[in-house]
Amino acid sequence: MSWFLKFVTSSVGRKFVTGLTGLFLVSFLIVHLTGNFSLFRADNGEAFNVYSHFMGHNPLIRVMEIGLVLGFGIHIFTAIYLQLENKKSRPIGYDKVDASANSSLFSRTMFLSGSVILFFLMVHLTNFFVPHRVTGKDVVDGTAVVNATKLDGSALLASDGQPIKDMYISVATAFKNPIYVAIYLLGLILLAFHLNHGFQSAFQTFGLNNKKYFPLIRFIGLILSIALPAGFASMPIYFYFILG
Amino acid sequence: MNFTLRVWRQKNGNDSGKFVTYQIQNISADTSFLEMLDILNEELIAKGEEPVAFDHDCREGICGSCSLYINGRPHGPKQLVTTCQTYMRSFGEGETITIEPWRAKPFKVLKDLIVDRSALDRIIQAGGYISVNSGSAPEANSIAIPKPIAEASMDAAACIGCGACVAACKNASAMLFVAAKVSHLGLLPQGQPEAKERVVSMIAQMDAEGFGSCTNTYACEAECPKGISVTNIARLNREFISANLFS
Repeated sequence: MSWFLKFVTSSVGRKFVTGLTGLFLVSFLIVHLTGNFSLFRADNGEAFNVYSHFMGHNPLIRVMEIGLVLGFGIHIFTAIYLQLENKKSRPIGYDKVDASANSSLFSRTMFLSGSVILFFLMVHLTNFFVPHRVTGKDVVDGTAVVNATKLDGSALLASDGQPIKDMYISVATAFKNPIYVAIYLLGLILLAFHLNHGFQSAFQTFGLNNKKYFPLIRFIGLILSIALPAGFASMPIYFYFILG
Repeated sequence: MNFTLRVWRQKNGNDSGKFVTYQIQNISADTSFLEMLDILNEELIAKGEEPVAFDHDCREGICGSCSLYINGRPHGPKQLVTTCQTYMRSFGEGETITIEPWRAKPFKVLKDLIVDRSALDRIIQAGGYISVNSGSAPEANSIAIPKPIAEASMDAAACIGCGACVAACKNASAMLFVAAKVSHLGLLPQGQPEAKERVVSMIAQMDAEGFGSCTNTYACEAECPKGISVTNIARLNREFISANLFS
């Protein structure tokens, strides 16, 4: 395994790991967004609750969840390690730097945008994951997590007869609070900045920069960096401004 | 033209150094940046002061000796030129010009604006060569090289090793320099036998020297006086990944 350790601890290897985990997290965002669109069904949250129950209880998803935690962990760890190492490479800085003349703002602020996204992730997990999977108590208004019902008022049950928790009401409650809406929108704007550079940057790091298809990769990165955050942002906006 | 110069002055590697401000008058717009510094130095010598030390050699933009971080950018405000090929017409009348040495952990300041760039030489020593038998020159046409490959190799070979990529990079990474050398040699058939060993050794030396890692801001490409493309860095990454994981 020494060849592997030597590779991942080299300057290029660290970047490779950051890029690979980054792209993996992008794939997670796509799945997460697709599922979340069920919030927009006018069914008292039934479709969304069934979906979130499935995500929380399906054994295969639970295994993948470990991969996701590892993906986040490794991405964050290597990013912090990279940042600290890179800071050491210029112990004495310049007095005057005209960085905007040679590079984009998004490319220079990946650590900052990533840090804000990490803060957002903590808030996000505290909002939904912790109450539903750990404490059973809603963090926004302090009430206990309740079981979901269908539109006709009857209990919503899983295929094994277990009651399904009402994740929809937790989402609706959080997004009635302007502070949470503001935090979510800020987090998503920074996510857009992060993806704008990060997606195409990962391909450069893998060595997949070719004059023929790199413009396409850049284009896909641009579309993802707008569509994913905009898709997620539509949810707090829908609950606060339209349903609110 | 008249300028206010803020110049980094540092006696030696142990001195902490500071900025010293100089006024310079009646400079022709067609004076090169280094000639302007020559004029400043003559004035300083006439006053009995220590002249400003800076690296220079060919003054034709081909040797890679000149450096200088001018107004926040390596080699000054113009693209695709070295400091020696930068002319005072590129600055505004009365402008304050801040002149700093390259800043990177492996580039120790020796005096004033001169830094020790031998770390780049050690990276070359680690793998930036090809092994050929000595003796009479081989027949030139015995190895056919497609024109586009030869061109790509020559474009990479245009690197003069000045270190502007390191100076421009927010991480003080030497990736563009290493990428240029790896592409220059690795693209050609003569460079193939040592290709994998070369990329691994040069990256290892780059890391050992204390250069940072690339975060793809592409500031290096924008500031490179020879226009070396970051596609060379992609090639370097590709070769490094392949040499480590698939061989």
